[in-house]
Formats: sequence, C-alpha cells, structure tokens
Amino acid sequence: MSESNIMSPDDIRRAVTRIAHEIVENNRGTDDLVFVGMRTRGVPLAHRIAAAIAEFERVEVPIGSLDVGLYRDDLTERGATVSIQPSDLPEVAGKKIVLVDDVLYTGRTVRAALDALIDYGRPRRIQLAVLVDRGHRELPIRADFVGKNIPTSRADNVQVRLNESDGEEYVRVTVGEKVEVGR
Amino acid sequence: MTTETRADVVPAPFAAPSTDDGGWQRRHLLDLDDFTVEELDLVMRTTDTMKEVLSREVPRVPALRGTTIFTLFYENSTRTRSSFELAGKILGADVINISASGSSVSKGESLVDTVKTLQAVGADVLIMRHNRSGGPYLAARTGQCSVVNAGDGTHAHPTQALLDLYTMRGALGDVRGRKVVIVGDLLHSRVARSNAWALTTMGAEVVVCAPPTLVPARLGEALEGHLPRVRVETDLDKAVVDADVVMALRIQNERMQGGYVPGVREYSRLYQVNGERVARAKPGALVMHPGPMNEGVEISHEVAHGLQSRVEEQVTNGVAVRMAVLWLLTRNSTKAAKAAAKGAL
Repeated sequence: MSESNIMSPDDIRRAVTRIAHEIVENNRGTDDLVFVGMRTRGVPLAHRIAAAIAEFERVEVPIGSLDVGLYRDDLTERGATVSIQPSDLPEVAGKKIVLVDDVLYTGRTVRAALDALIDYGRPRRIQLAVLVDRGHRELPIRADFVGKNIPTSRADNVQVRLNESDGEEYVRVTVGEKVEVGR
Repeated sequence: MTTETRADVVPAPFAAPSTDDGGWQRRHLLDLDDFTVEELDLVMRTTDTMKEVLSREVPRVPALRGTTIFTLFYENSTRTRSSFELAGKILGADVINISASGSSVSKGESLVDTVKTLQAVGADVLIMRHNRSGGPYLAARTGQCSVVNAGDGTHAHPTQALLDLYTMRGALGDVRGRKVVIVGDLLHSRVARSNAWALTTMGAEVVVCAPPTLVPARLGEALEGHLPRVRVETDLDKAVVDADVVMALRIQNERMQGGYVPGVREYSRLYQVNGERVARAKPGALVMHPGPMNEGVEISHEVAHGLQSRVEEQVTNGVAVRMAVLWLLTRNSTKAAKAAAKGAL
C-alpha cells in the first residue's frame, strides 16, 4: 500500500477560499444563503467558507449542522456506526441551502442529507459544496462546488483531516489492493 | 489569514467529534446490571439526538423503516407501552401491540411458543413486560429477534432507569457524586433495582429508604457484583438530608394487604415525600416518580406538582430514551447482519 498527500494545509485553504468566492458569485451575493455542514467534517468546512465570505463580503451567513445517521440506507453495509448526534439547523424554508461535506463518493450520504433537510422545511434551492470529489457515484448526484477532483479506485481510501476535528490538516489517498470485490 | 487563525475563529463544538460507540454490541436490553459507563453514555448521547427529532414540527424519521416491532404485555401499562409504540412509529417502524388477554396467551400458549410465533410472523424487536422476573430473558434465549425488557416481575425495568438517568443529567449535568434517595417498596420494585445499577455505575451515591419490611434482606451487604452498592436508611427524615434527587416509588395496594405495611396512613406519615421532607434536601433538589402516582400516599399533591417536580419531564424523556434504545439495538440485529451478508455476496 502506498500513501500520497493530495492536499496540503495551503491547498485546502486556497480551495476553501475559491469555493467561497464561487458560492457568492453563483448566488449573486449572499441573500438567503444558509450553509449546512454535514457531520463530522462538513461542519468545520462550512464554518471556514462562512468565515472567508465574512472577510470579503462583510456578511455573516447562517450555519447549521446536519447528522444524517437516521436517514441512511447503507448503515447495515458499513458495519453499522451507531453514534449519532443532534442536528442543529437555522430556518431552511425558502432559503438557498449550500450543503457542505468533505468527500463526495457514492452520493448516498448526500441523498440522505436531502431527505433530512426537506424534513425541516422546503428550501428554495439546495446546492452542494465538497472539498474532494473522488468519483464512483451510485446515484444521479453532482457537486456544484468542488475543491479538488481526485481520480481514485474504489479500493482506495481517501482521508480528510482538519485541524478543528482532528488536530491535523491534510487530504491523503491510500492506494488499496486492486482486488475486484465480488458482486 | 492563515488556516490556523481561521480555525480559531470557528466556534467549534465539534473539536472532538464524539463518534465513539463504546464498542456497542447489544441486541437485547434486559437489565442495566452489566452496562458500562461508555454504554450508558452512548444511550444518553443518542437520546439527545432523539430529543431533537421530537422537537421538530413533524417528528418522523425513516431510521427503522422496514422493522417490525411487537409489544407483548402480560401486565397492564399505559405510559411504558404507549411511549414504546410512539418511539417505534416516530422512527418509521411498524408497531403491533399484543396484550396477554385477547391473544392466544389467554388460551394457554406458553411464553416460548408465543415468542416463536411472533418471530415467525416477522418480529424484529420484541418489547416485553412480564409479571414473572426473568420472562424477557427466556424470550431472548428463545428467538433471534431483539428483546427489550419493559419490566419483569420485581426484577428490572431498564428503560425507566435510563429515562430517570437522562432526566437527572438534564437537570444536574453529571450525576457523579450526587446523592439520590429512592424511597418506597424496594422489595418489589424493579424500578429501584434498575435505577440503582445505572446510578451507581455512573458514580452517584444511592440511598434507598423503606420500612424494614420492604427492604430486601441482603441489600447493603457487600455482595460484589450481585447487588448494586447502595446505602439503606429506614428513616426518611435522615435519608433526604442534602439529597440532590428524591425519587418516590409507588406503593401498591397489595402490599398493604400483604402485611408489609400497617396501613396507608402509617406509611404516608413515615415515608411520604412531602414539602417538609423535600425542604431538608438540597435547595432545588429534583422530585421524581416513575408513575402512576398515588398522590397523598407516597407523594404529596403539592410536591408532585410543585416547581421541583420532574414527573412530566420523565414521561416526555421516556419517548426519546426508548427511541434511542430501539435505534441502538437494531444496529446489531439479525436483519442488519443479513443485509450486510447480502451486500458482501
């Protein structure tokens, strides 16, 4: 197995800043914007994007956090993580939501997040921002804002570490054994 | 601006993501005697999440969609049964209620056969109350479905103890080092037993108080691991001094007739949780009762509905705690195992 650092702390900072600019540009300002970070690492990323926007637009965008544990359809396949946390969302009805997550992979977490969000109200629009898109979608879902596209194989492991949640900062890919998983 | 300083700006309550599941492997909830601090913490944290779900305009999530829950009650119950039913429905499960009267149980079907039948019908979770201690244990050994003990005889009532612990933690923060006085029929109380296990595990000081006739013979002796470590005090006026929580238990009419207590008036004179006694506890001490209350007997009307009473909150928390229990137990269910096996094929 080999490891390679794909993004350094500086790369992550630049990607977050660019995404922040793209979000403002794409939404023609910050009116009615709400950032929703997906637990765990989407939350600090949402805060960072909001902090960047606060710096260049002088506007505070409301931030919420979402735990999709109760909405997943793949829990049983993942060796069942049982730990769930309360979601904490500002008003979402009529708002332009930007969902924020660290890695976009199969799209199943995003699917669960869409279900969860809609239970809180009817947003005007939902967009998706991710730090890393590693491909291999299993659902018709795409990101509106991407920090970095990383071509991977399904066997690879993508690790995102952020200072706020992990005390260290990098994006790393560990290349997995090329064993075809039986279907 | 560097990444570090920006990270400092983040008011992150997420600095330490609490994804630790305490090695949760349980499929059944029978009693709390073998629960670790980590497991109890996990149930409490999960209950926080369920409270958030309950606070929504439309409290309903698809977490247990496709799961079939049977409640099988050999004894009457209002709040336990209805809160389990509601908990299951909020999580998207199908809930079917069966009571002993009006089912094949009244035709003489044995417990084991009833459990096997319900399983054959498609039960994933069986929530069971039985008048005999150990009934749910037999059910858990019989079948593959998850079994939740909703009260068995004089033995255990784990979800009541969990909701009591949750209610105490909500008001006191941590229960470690807190003094909890449980007063009432300890000899027959499954609520007291499960509470004593959970509270002592979490580091609370538990004082149990009852007439000597209603104290289990060997309680208070050092029986390492067989009984929770509690202190027995037969004088309630002494027991309540400096208490953080005063919990009254229901005194059943049968006990009066069974010769354990001379009479209702005698009992309430010596063991009623009333304003005068609560005043001896710490200021703002919590008053709790698992219900149903005999107001004027084990608890006075003024205290039961006073500012320090948490009785209603206990009932509300009961739904959230039972949601947490159902969620956690089904993580390791046979259905999950089957689905995982299918996914790996």
